[in-house]
Amino acid sequence: MLDVLTAFVQELREAGVPVSMVETIDATEALRHVDLSDRAGFKAALGATLVKNERHYRAFETAFEVFFALHRDLSDRAADTTDQAVKDPRTGQSRQQRGQGRGEGQGGGSGMDLDELRAALMDALRQQDADRMADLASMAVDQLAGIEPGRPVGGTYYLYRTMRQLDLDAIRDGLLEDLEEVDDLRQRLAQEEVQDRLDSLRAELEAEIRRRLVADRGREAVARTLRRPLVEDLDLMHATRADMDAIEDVIRPLTRKLATRLAQRRKRRRDGRLDYRKTMRHSLAAGGVPIEPVFKSPKVAKPELFLLCDISGSMATFARFTLQFVYAMNSHFSKLRSFAFIDSLDEVTDYFGVGTDFPSALQRVSTEAEVVHMDGHSDYGRSLELFWSRYGDALTPRSTVIIAGDARNNYRTPHADVLDAMQAVSRGVYWLNPEPRSYWDTGDSVMGAYARHCDAVREVRNLRQLEEFVEEIALPRPRVRA
Amino acid sequence: MSFSSPGEVSSALRDVRYLADDRISQVVFLAERLGKPVLVEGPAGVGKTELAKALAAIHGRRLIRLQCYEGLDESKAIYEWNYKKQLLRIQAEEDADWSDLEGDIFSSDFLLTRPLLEAITSPEPVVLLVDEVDRVEIETEALLLEVLSDFQVSIPELGTMTAESMPLVLLTSNNTRELSEALKRRCLFLHIGYPTIEREREIILARVDGLDAVLAEQVARVVASIRALDLKKPPSVSETIDWARTLLALGVEEVDSGVLGETLHVLLKYQADIEKAEKDLVSS
Repeated sequence: MLDVLTAFVQELREAGVPVSMVETIDATEALRHVDLSDRAGFKAALGATLVKNERHYRAFETAFEVFFALHRDLSDRAADTTDQAVKDPRTGQSRQQRGQGRGEGQGGGSGMDLDELRAALMDALRQQDADRMADLASMAVDQLAGIEPGRPVGGTYYLYRTMRQLDLDAIRDGLLEDLEEVDDLRQRLAQEEVQDRLDSLRAELEAEIRRRLVADRGREAVARTLRRPLVEDLDLMHATRADMDAIEDVIRPLTRKLATRLAQRRKRRRDGRLDYRKTMRHSLAAGGVPIEPVFKSPKVAKPELFLLCDISGSMATFARFTLQFVYAMNSHFSKLRSFAFIDSLDEVTDYFGVGTDFPSALQRVSTEAEVVHMDGHSDYGRSLELFWSRYGDALTPRSTVIIAGDARNNYRTPHADVLDAMQAVSRGVYWLNPEPRSYWDTGDSVMGAYARHCDAVREVRNLRQLEEFVEEIALPRPRVRA
Repeated sequence: MSFSSPGEVSSALRDVRYLADDRISQVVFLAERLGKPVLVEGPAGVGKTELAKALAAIHGRRLIRLQCYEGLDESKAIYEWNYKKQLLRIQAEEDADWSDLEGDIFSSDFLLTRPLLEAITSPEPVVLLVDEVDRVEIETEALLLEVLSDFQVSIPELGTMTAESMPLVLLTSNNTRELSEALKRRCLFLHIGYPTIEREREIILARVDGLDAVLAEQVARVVASIRALDLKKPPSVSETIDWARTLLALGVEEVDSGVLGETLHVLLKYQADIEKAEKDLVSS
């Protein structure tokens, strides 16, 4: 057991979850009090002692499923008292017993053809029979996934193949038919319920495939293939659909935390003036002797922000997250104006007005903003010049200009001197580049040419780096300009 | 009373009308076995504070609560010398010998105990709730460490006070900032998220007397559906309970678009959220 646990902790660390020595000892200690056949309890015990950040829980779960998947078959537990029972299929052993008891044609044996399998699945989903669903999922994987031993894959392809052949859309329609409702709300709830059941089927299939993979290649190998970066390390530029959802989910909590941190740091700066009223009040506890003087906290000058985002094809995802992050921090800037550009530039501040929701604002940016002049390939030089000529007057020594893009100028004139002009009238010009530093100045990237005229150029490939940057901008150190 | 399995924990909690899921009961069980504090994290209104109250109730222990806020310091969290009383003591006997006096005014008679010290010095075991620990500054967090890891408090003039009985410690956090590693390391971690539909239904049934099971199911489903929208503030469990009570008071038997539209303001507290939910759920 201890070996497995050590290997498991090792895997967590590899996946980026910080697990300290003490926490490993705690986990070992905790396991002494845990009924090892209780899988949910076992998982909870490990989770509580090893993972101290909810954002890391996804990585923990993946590793857990891989490392302790086989244990599922060893334990045979009576019906769970909680809702877990629905999602958590009962054990292999009880499944077989049930299979024998069930007998004729329902799902116990092999040799069902695809249509029968679909019908049986539909039936199981309708009755929410978790045991049978687990059986059928196992059969479906047997028949449809076509798992090739030894291939170093994570199983997404097998899952896809199985699901496609099962034809989930048809199953969904079938299930929806039973739940015909007149009321809109109820109709919607019914749809969600069907979706929930299908999701549980999908999870079941996924678990089944994973079990096979582990049996085939061993858990360390599978864990390595399944390992995903933590959300804050996901590449913003090449995020997949699922990654984007995950990033979206953490942006709000992340910005809220950052906001709290900034507020606290601002508070701690004091301007040295005595707050007489508070000092008097505090001195009462010491019989009128002002033992502890209280100082006033300073008034904070919040910076103004001009955010310029390249929204051409390859940069769209990055621009989206940058905008979303910065707008979530809106209250920390005295003014926030945003501009989108490809080979022409347009102001998009109004789309993000108070009370509008972010996705629709973004939609408007990509459809309504006039950002294409010629061919829709990024032209940084022209865009920057446009910005300077149209909005340059608005820049003051309190404004910070941020340009987000990869500086791939499609071999056009960079006009880097415009940045000099901007720098002269503003507090600073910063450039965020989502490409790895080693790609800069390769091909048509002219990062180097611009970098000379910026206060700083940052590699911002993930949320962590973005957060660091925004924190720095939102709370600038008092700076003396030459 | 000590539990022999997580199952017992959840049934005891159920008796005081707190519905725990597997993760909650397992962590509580371990906390008691290992004598470790639990750090409970999660969105507002999912029953973090309620859990501490329920635990105090099942053990018949006193609940000592330290509400954290920005600027909380030692004198509010652990102990403070009673200056006024000390001054009076000194003035009452002006020609007294200083060394006698010093020993006298720095004795426990002149000590004002605050929640942490109180929890430690209490002769009977207590439940200590450190609420919203993420609100204190990171420096103040350090104050908690000694209490949490060794269950003791050092007072320079008096020496170290060690716990006479093991308190059960819960810390809650709304996750507005990252807590220090040192603090996290000393705690078991428990994230309480929004409950599953099944659990929420149970919670509503347990908390709202006279509610029909079918209606409870519908309530739980609608709320889960609303939470799936992208809202400023998704409805918390307590708001779900309020809504169920409202429906009961209105004599509603089944939830449909009309009823939801009229009572959305019980669940959602921002106009923008209400409008969004109306658009998505009520008139689709």
